[in-house]
Amino acid sequence: MNNTLTNRRSFIKKMAALSAMTAAASLFPGILFAEEQIKGIPDGDLEWKKGPCRFCGVGCGILVGVENGKAVAVKGDPNSSVNKGLLCVKGYHQIMCIQASDRLKYALVKKNGKYVETPLDEALDLVAEKMKDTIEKHGKDSVAMYTSGQSTIPEGYVASKFMKGAIGTNNLDCNARLCMASAVTGFLTTFGADEPMGCYEDIDHADYFITWGNNMAEMHPVLFSRMLEQKNRRGAKIIDFATRTTRSSMASNKSILFEPQTDLAVANAICYEIIKNGWVNKKFVEEHVNFNKGLTNIGYGLEDKFSFKDKATKINFEEYKAFLADYTPEKVAKYSRVSVKDIKYLAAIYGDPNKKVVSYWCMGMNQHTRGTWINNLVYNIHLLTGKISQPGNGPFSLTGQPSACGTAREVGTFTHKLPKGVVTNKKHRELAAKIWKVPVDRIPSKPTYHATEMFRAVDRGDIKFIWTQVTNPLVSLPKTSRYRPAMEKESCFVVVSDVFPTPTSDVADVILPASWHIEKSGMYGNSERRTQQWDKMIEGPGETKPDAWMTIEVAKRMGYGDLFPYSEENHAEEIYNEYIQFHKGAKHGMAPLEVLKEQSGAIWPYVNGKSTQWRFNAEYDPACTNGKDFHFYGKKDGKAVIWQRPYEPAPEVPSAEYPFWLNTGRVIEHWHTGSMTRRIPVLHKAMPNAYLELHPEDAKTLGISNGENVKVTSKRGSCIMPASINERGLPTKGQVFAPFFDENLMINDVTIDAFCPISKEPDYKKCAVKVEKV
Amino acid sequence: MPIKSYLAHPQEDKKQALFEALSKIEQCEVIPAKNEDLLIVVTDTNSQEEEDKLKKLMENIDSLKLLSMVSGFNTPKND
Repeated sequence: MNNTLTNRRSFIKKMAALSAMTAAASLFPGILFAEEQIKGIPDGDLEWKKGPCRFCGVGCGILVGVENGKAVAVKGDPNSSVNKGLLCVKGYHQIMCIQASDRLKYALVKKNGKYVETPLDEALDLVAEKMKDTIEKHGKDSVAMYTSGQSTIPEGYVASKFMKGAIGTNNLDCNARLCMASAVTGFLTTFGADEPMGCYEDIDHADYFITWGNNMAEMHPVLFSRMLEQKNRRGAKIIDFATRTTRSSMASNKSILFEPQTDLAVANAICYEIIKNGWVNKKFVEEHVNFNKGLTNIGYGLEDKFSFKDKATKINFEEYKAFLADYTPEKVAKYSRVSVKDIKYLAAIYGDPNKKVVSYWCMGMNQHTRGTWINNLVYNIHLLTGKISQPGNGPFSLTGQPSACGTAREVGTFTHKLPKGVVTNKKHRELAAKIWKVPVDRIPSKPTYHATEMFRAVDRGDIKFIWTQVTNPLVSLPKTSRYRPAMEKESCFVVVSDVFPTPTSDVADVILPASWHIEKSGMYGNSERRTQQWDKMIEGPGETKPDAWMTIEVAKRMGYGDLFPYSEENHAEEIYNEYIQFHKGAKHGMAPLEVLKEQSGAIWPYVNGKSTQWRFNAEYDPACTNGKDFHFYGKKDGKAVIWQRPYEPAPEVPSAEYPFWLNTGRVIEHWHTGSMTRRIPVLHKAMPNAYLELHPEDAKTLGISNGENVKVTSKRGSCIMPASINERGLPTKGQVFAPFFDENLMINDVTIDAFCPISKEPDYKKCAVKVEKV
Repeated sequence: MPIKSYLAHPQEDKKQALFEALSKIEQCEVIPAKNEDLLIVVTDTNSQEEEDKLKKLMENIDSLKLLSMVSGFNTPKND
């Protein structure tokens, strides 16, 4: 019998093993089958090609086995320090979606209500013509692009150059606004520089991991496996602080549950205890920290064209201490549902000078109407105790998407951003104009639409042309009950570039067939500032093209060809080499291409041939120049900021009519809106549909049994889905949870489009709903 | 021609013994988890009857605590 995966029987055996691995991962968070990766996959004539994983922001290194021009196997890259040869279930299976029968292989143009297969050149002509006409008739701010934290670095870069440098509009935003914007504003307000200061090696040094609203066992499984390994090997402890009992809670040493939104108060209570007990690292605070307060009662962004600008006022330590008097453990316990004992327990961990602590968070803190504030507050804890920028000590904001950092944040595919800095800064515009070779006046100095407001503008008819790439907003936006009909309006011409049909492509006027991950070359940047490069591994089907190349082709057709002098064969590399000019210097230097090709990524700042693992610490970071042990050089005076931020309630809380909190999120089997993972049979079979988790007592009161259909309704919309009781996760009483991966069960028709007024990131974790048996 | 996969949970401290016992069975491929007490078993047999016998054989292994089937495929042997 031919012993390769191309043999059907061997393939089925492999499928059977992978099914079992998926089931095992459901039972044991973080379970690994490292031996299988080496032993079970035949070498045969396979050529192994390196790259980063397509799913999630961890950035695991993968090796893709290519045989006769087809990708047939994936294994973890043993040379990657991120995952050390390990992968999660999504990672193992990723290539299995490529050959899905409904793959978009050719451009489709809607004609008389029907999609007609159209030569790509013709479709790109139409896109360029429509974009140009719209600008001529309605002005350059009538066209928009909405891209992704899954776009490669070159894709994000050319989108920014096209919109801001060529056309001259800031109508560019991306789906990372929905997941990472609060992390960005948290970093900028506290440190003046975006992205975590530490790296994954912190896991090998920390005594405690405190996860803030972060189900790492399902969302960052390889990192969680590394934490579990440290727990088992040397007794490191994991404390899960969350609103719902999850697989992470079950695998942790201790689970502490809190009432939604009260993380703000608990964080302040921890700081209160640290000060009260004399656990402040006085030397660190005196040398490296300022104290500020911002505005309060800042709103929730529920109105169209909502506007807010925070105002910082300097305060002193005594004023900050007086503010915290409202946050004694006893006061906070009353509304947070966290016991006084548990608040003191958390404070004692952070306060113990002999324990190293890493705080991890992701969507729980970022998708929050006070997302910037809660990011600030966790930084406060680490700054008060001086537990920051050292191996095993630090706050660590994890990323959701594979290049939310590398593309959305570093290239800057937000309305206010440029590849270096922001559009409001004249020097930053001048640098961009110089590198892009455009007149500086062409780059507008005012941001326009953030993600939510961009789709509101489509609804209002202000945006008349929108092009989405690598994202599926009509499943992922909050309050899709408004934005789906908005995108269906004839007032807006919709172009969607994607790999598979989605509810977003269903409303498109033109669908462009995109290359999948390994069918093109590119770079991603992960959560630990690691840039990873890969070369094209296989040919894409039909007329599929990389998104960057399709952007370039449209730009050329609109008369901007001189700004995009890249070759089709090597455009990713040529663009990267142009892009890294923006980040020259010790604070953000990027590794040269040849380094990325040789090794499994490099962490910026990449200085003198070396990655910088811990920023702001003079022992590791060559950009520290103040002569002290730490230098927070993102701020002019080199000091980080402790922010006075109060607890404020969520915009919508449970009421008599809508008595439950609704929390939404992800599951381990599926990547975001499921457009890829639901086409991977073994993952789809393991988790075929979304569900609504209820607390067993709530289910009993409502007379609902496991698996029965229930209707969950908010002021905005409703969704019918099967009840899940005592299965994957366990919400607290009075709370329900639904994953958002299932386009057939649209929970985002129910969610609210309130957002953090500073970051403009929506809150998917809290709104009020009622639940009825159907 | 069934192909099935199972999760095999060992008795306490018997993971290695279970791995060795299962590995001796010709129709079994065994994949041990690296960091948990769990093994994956993929069986490949010629008939349902043979599969049933094999399942009984596995269930009689002393070091096995629980055997739960995950997936089952039936395919022509030479396909």
